[in-house]
Amino acid sequence: MSLAHDAPVAVGRTTKAQPAARTWPEINNPAAWAVAAILLIMPLIASSFFLIEIFATTLILGTMALSLMFLAGYGGMVSLMQLTIAGFSAYMVAVFGVSGNPNISLGWPWWLAVPMALALATAFGTLGGALAVRTEGIYTIMITLAIGAAFYYFTNQNWAIFNGHTGINTVATPHFWGVNWRADIPFYYIVLAVAALCYFAVEYLSRAPFGLALQGVRDNPRRMAALGFNVNAHRVAAYAFASFVAALAGVLQVWNYRQISPGSVSVGACIDVLIIAVVGGITRPIGPFIGALIFVLLRTFALDFLVRLGLDGNRFRLLIGLGFLAIVFWSSDGVIGLWQRWRQHQRREVSRASGGRGHG
Amino acid sequence: MDSVAQRLSAVGAGAALELRGVTRLFGALAALTDVTITVRPGERRAVLGSNGAGKTTLFNCITGDFPPSSGTIRFFGEDVTHFPPYERIRRGLRRTYQISALFPGLTVQDNVYLACRGVSRGRFSFLRPGQNDALMHAADNLVQAVHLSAVKDQRVAELAHGQQRQLEIALALAGAPRFVLFDEPAAGLSPTERAELIEILTSLPAHIGYIIIEHDMDVALRVVESVTMMHNGRVFKEGLPEEIQSDPEVQELYLGGGHE
Repeated sequence: MSLAHDAPVAVGRTTKAQPAARTWPEINNPAAWAVAAILLIMPLIASSFFLIEIFATTLILGTMALSLMFLAGYGGMVSLMQLTIAGFSAYMVAVFGVSGNPNISLGWPWWLAVPMALALATAFGTLGGALAVRTEGIYTIMITLAIGAAFYYFTNQNWAIFNGHTGINTVATPHFWGVNWRADIPFYYIVLAVAALCYFAVEYLSRAPFGLALQGVRDNPRRMAALGFNVNAHRVAAYAFASFVAALAGVLQVWNYRQISPGSVSVGACIDVLIIAVVGGITRPIGPFIGALIFVLLRTFALDFLVRLGLDGNRFRLLIGLGFLAIVFWSSDGVIGLWQRWRQHQRREVSRASGGRGHG
Repeated sequence: MDSVAQRLSAVGAGAALELRGVTRLFGALAALTDVTITVRPGERRAVLGSNGAGKTTLFNCITGDFPPSSGTIRFFGEDVTHFPPYERIRRGLRRTYQISALFPGLTVQDNVYLACRGVSRGRFSFLRPGQNDALMHAADNLVQAVHLSAVKDQRVAELAHGQQRQLEIALALAGAPRFVLFDEPAAGLSPTERAELIEILTSLPAHIGYIIIEHDMDVALRVVESVTMMHNGRVFKEGLPEEIQSDPEVQELYLGGGHE
């Protein structure tokens, strides 16, 4: 029995197949292919209202919540500033790019303004993360919430760059190769591509050394240090990655609404991102997108529904709040967790019905 | 040449681990007082002592989990007193924990893979390990060495206690350890598992030294060549296993009544 690995490792089992967990995710899952196909042909089946107001908005919010899922689910760090980073990125697109406010906007073309916005927002989030990693648990939540609240009040009061409470309107969107990329169908595909890219990046990273080490930091930071990892550096790097994802979502958001104002970066909106991630489930990257779909559907349709019941339509948050409570009570891993347990239950029923011959 | 050798030995280059006057205070309580210990490379030593003698605090000071309040710690001649734990680990120091400190949400394989990755380059790598990743094979071999191949794809939270203790040891042997601190590795193990543990310890390559904290004298004295006896945060006696075992003061303190 040799336990010394300073000598070249004797490789006796090169032909052994790697465990399935290390291959690409969901590649054999027909449901995943079906969802991908539906998302790709969505412009053929959905009206432009559904395409943008429901699906593009869901994908943008889902990407923001994905950045929180990455930090909270893999790193055990609940950051309430992910929306703030997205909002900062959105503001930077408006400030460096072209908008209806030439006194503030520098008028750079989008292909310069966007990388600048992404770089600054990533730096902003990394800096915030560097502050937050000195704390744990509820104090991380407090610090990141404080950063979010400070940014909200700052944008409200600063007129030189953020144009106070009116914000920046008529932000230009990209036109090139003869295409208006903010037209409904091209914009939907841009959003879908960015969201898919972020989703697969997070999924891929979860099995790469960086992501595995992050999960190690979540489970036992002290042991990680005793294995040779610089735990705080890992946490800050996780914030940097998550900030970049949130910053991408912020660019899409400002293109979607063509304006950005303090209302979009309010403390309430920061908490919405947490609710989306928790309701969907923070154990897997698909969770935030499911949470975002539920949130957007409720926000859009609960109004009519509540009015029909004779209640104030603005009470859609009541429904979201009740859903949130129910999820926290009965399924700590969100809708994803409910779904998985239901599937397992179904399989057990099937195998029992077929005399225990395994699943059909 | 002579003066170089003298200078090297003067800075403790000959010792794997050299503690000088290490004191650790928790508020007014001195968990360690003026501990001076020198361990040669490849030496295997037991640290004995009743509960509260400062054994685990000694480990925490050596690894940097809690830095010492005063005193110096040298690891293969290098002053590591103010190094963070991960810097000491990267220099070849390893430890296990008295209460298993594993990653319950990850599989056995991933736990060991992390241990291998922690002491090599690419800790921040965004690329998944490929089919022929050297560290994956190192992890496979390590999993096999501690008899956990059958459960390598199970999450650690689902393992039995004895298997978790074995994984705890595997994590400490990843990479190229030069010196290992074992904190009660036999705690809660069955007699069969104890025999396996002794086999693992005695079959470690000769250049890997260790210090073991172990209440079970059968285990401790079979796998070491020297013993340090601690009492109330101080080094009480040092010697060969037989000397310590037959020392009347030690028997009074530890082997006799003091065993809690």
